[in-house]
Amino acid sequence: MSTAARAATVQPQRRNLELFLIIVAWGLGVLGTLQVAWSTGEGVHPRFWITAGVVGVIALTTHIIVRWRVPYADPFMLPIATLLTILGLVMIYRLDVAAAQRAERNDNPIPTPDVYNQLTWYAVAATLFILVLIVLRDHRVLQRYTYTAGLIGVILLLLPLAPVIGATVNGATLWVRIGGLTFQPAEAAKIFLTIFFAGYLVVTRDSLALVRTKVLGIGFPRARDFGPILIVWAVSLGVLIFERDLGTSLLFFGLFVAMLYIATQRVSWLVLGAGLFAIGAVGAYLLFGHVRTRVQVWLDPFAYADTGGYQIVQSLYGFSNGGLFGTGLGRGYPDLVPFANTDFILAGLGEELGLTGVFAILLLYAVLIERGLRTAVTVRDPFGQLLAAGLSITFAIQVFVIVGGVTRLIPLTGLTTPFLSYGGSSLVANWVIIAILLVISHRARRPAAAPANADTAATQVMKR
Amino acid sequence: MTRSIRRISIVLMILLVALLANVTFIQVFRSDDYRARADNQRVLLEEYGRERGPILTGPEAIALSEATKGALKWLRVYPSGEEYASVTGFYSIVYGATGLERTENGVLSGSSDLFFVDRLQQLIAGRQPRGGAVTTTIDAAVQDAAWNGLAGYQGAAFAIEPSTGRILAQVQSPSFDPNVLSSHDPQSIREYYDELINDPAQPLINRPIVALNPPGSTFKLVTAAAALSSGRFTMDSVLPGPAEYDLPLTNKTLSNWTKEECGPNGEITLKDALAYSCNTAFAWLGNELGADALRAQSELFGFDTAFETPLRASTSRFPDNPDEPQTAISAIGQFDVRATAMQMAMVAAGIGNNGVVMEPYLVQEIRGPDLRILRTADPRAFRTAMSPVDAAQLQEMMLAVVDYGTAGILQGITDGDGNPVPVGAKTGTAQTGRDGAPVSWMVAMAPATNPRIAVAVVVEAGGQAELSGGAIAGPIARAMLQAGLR
Repeated sequence: MSTAARAATVQPQRRNLELFLIIVAWGLGVLGTLQVAWSTGEGVHPRFWITAGVVGVIALTTHIIVRWRVPYADPFMLPIATLLTILGLVMIYRLDVAAAQRAERNDNPIPTPDVYNQLTWYAVAATLFILVLIVLRDHRVLQRYTYTAGLIGVILLLLPLAPVIGATVNGATLWVRIGGLTFQPAEAAKIFLTIFFAGYLVVTRDSLALVRTKVLGIGFPRARDFGPILIVWAVSLGVLIFERDLGTSLLFFGLFVAMLYIATQRVSWLVLGAGLFAIGAVGAYLLFGHVRTRVQVWLDPFAYADTGGYQIVQSLYGFSNGGLFGTGLGRGYPDLVPFANTDFILAGLGEELGLTGVFAILLLYAVLIERGLRTAVTVRDPFGQLLAAGLSITFAIQVFVIVGGVTRLIPLTGLTTPFLSYGGSSLVANWVIIAILLVISHRARRPAAAPANADTAATQVMKR
Repeated sequence: MTRSIRRISIVLMILLVALLANVTFIQVFRSDDYRARADNQRVLLEEYGRERGPILTGPEAIALSEATKGALKWLRVYPSGEEYASVTGFYSIVYGATGLERTENGVLSGSSDLFFVDRLQQLIAGRQPRGGAVTTTIDAAVQDAAWNGLAGYQGAAFAIEPSTGRILAQVQSPSFDPNVLSSHDPQSIREYYDELINDPAQPLINRPIVALNPPGSTFKLVTAAAALSSGRFTMDSVLPGPAEYDLPLTNKTLSNWTKEECGPNGEITLKDALAYSCNTAFAWLGNELGADALRAQSELFGFDTAFETPLRASTSRFPDNPDEPQTAISAIGQFDVRATAMQMAMVAAGIGNNGVVMEPYLVQEIRGPDLRILRTADPRAFRTAMSPVDAAQLQEMMLAVVDYGTAGILQGITDGDGNPVPVGAKTGTAQTGRDGAPVSWMVAMAPATNPRIAVAVVVEAGGQAELSGGAIAGPIARAMLQAGLR
């Protein structure tokens, strides 16, 4: 049996499927934009086909690089990231139209559209995506930089607190402004910290898994091994207290606890994590007004409909106006929700695409995360497993926290909706994560030198 | 680590299900609750975001939507404003809708089930839904005559086609300008509304169908109908008609408006008693027939029924348990008898239509956005109030009121070809309970046999004497009849 034949039967490349799905994603974007243009009465913008062409070229380029560098990588991740990004562009364009029409009605100057900025960021994100694919031949190289990554991650996390360059927007200090450019270092930090957590846990997981005492049948670790989780907990609380960034705080702590559990397979870490989370949450509730306000607004948003509850109430009105099938793109009033193109972009999509659209979007995320976790169980090295799982879990936490927030399942915390939200830092960071996942996936799925490994790979496919 | 990753993925799956369940709850099950909340601007924006259908009278629009440049894309305008306010009502962002704007909202907004097919087409074609058109039964000429005649008075005019129940005119005075209330400026809407609410003349009351006034002598038509229906009287029966009628059980008397005997020797025929509006004869008649017979007769004409034309009208009343003196006074339309202008027009119409009272209706046709007729009015009989023989006698009695009685002002009405038309009528004047200001009535129908139009005009604080009922309400009724017969 030749190697090629074995590869075809065991793990086909399925790059043509990927190309097809990307073309579908692009087509959906074109249709969506045209629908916005027609139903808002705005008409098709003269630059529309150029813009659509640019998007198509970027998407095709990313695909070609994937074919060249990581031909055995998972064929669904790139199309899903592309589709979500394009969907975000469509919605941002739709909100630009709404803003322009509102300005026109009030005889105000028409604001600069956001969609071209976002398109530029997509180009930047794709460039970094390509760079990672070219530079990073093997994800195991990253393990060498475990502590460097950790240091960079913490510095990035603390950067907004730095004098001069740090900036506070809407009460949260999570921005850095250098020259005219602003970015959210926490977005980049999540990649570095995931690398750090993976590298650190691979080394220490055996000792962290040691059981000292048993409580209610659950084995608990030794007290001196509590150090790492307490440090991460403290840093997360620091982010919450000093940067007032509830979302980022939650993301890092949740990510670390999840990775700790995966590395050690000890439920006790989850119990401990939950306990620390509860202490932190109750403490923050009692000590900080802004946390208390969030919770009160969550419990009864209509009581605060004119003040702190305004955003969430408008968001709920948007979702409910969409109903089952939505008003159709360009037919709703997504601009009535504050921060419609960042935190609340899903409210606009929910209004205009309806429950059907929201289900589709959430399932896209679910498939993306599932493909990431599948990569984690398929790849052979523990560092790769932890890294892939950790990166997938960042998506999962982010989606749950922000979608749960705008739909009032949980208190609202500011986090971007991956790929959809307007904003460069988040888009670039998420595309880099996709690139790393593709590199891991490629190594996991390519026909290995030793046939024995290929067999294990086949049996390790996750059961559903 | 595979096992723990699998477990994590199960947890993530549960979180996904929670998100999906929650968003389903919001978008499907809570949707209506959220839409009903007052601070939800979307409902208003959506309502004003589509073209509301027009309300038509003949080919003319009395309410239509004009495109604006504002956030609310369509503005409701009423070309004839105050004249048709009683029919159209208003359509306000602050105070909601009234009149046909409210009752026909489903059609006008396009949300009615009648438009199911249209909506489906709009959904597929991706077009903005549009509302259907409502055509009223109003005859613009009669409406104009009523509006011009009532100018400067406080009162109402109502006209109906006796054979069908079509409402030909419905006018209130004073009226209001629905254009102001339907504007998009909440400030000016509120100011104008406050002004209307504080106006003692109460211009927001839909007088022709809502205002209840004692019908006075016009109620003698009902008493006469009861007398004829009893089989004990004909129009030629002779009744006692003294100058004063001793109210039973009291030491009070009821006198004629002339302060004289009604006929030679205080005796008068039923026909002449109606023609001269003899109070003592009808008071006597009332007690002869009894309150139950009067009430039963009034209910056959539509008293004690809440009509919806589809505008909701007040229920006209005959008192519940009057004693003998009260019955006597009720028989001449005083005491606690209360009627709308619409009700008294229905009495005249029922007599003219050989005893059959038709249900009044205001909407002739409903058309889709493409102007295709979706529904046409279906005239319905309400009740048979009298036998045709009795009705014919009462028609002749009403003719006498015009020929030589109190409604001489209606003599000489001609049709479109200039031929004289026989007109039947009854005048009335009543004292209102509260401030004692008199109410003048004219109820008429023409041609007196097989009439094409029946009218009721009521002018509040309209004058003191019985004759003045004819003098003020008379010319208005005359102009309306004349317009309707053209």
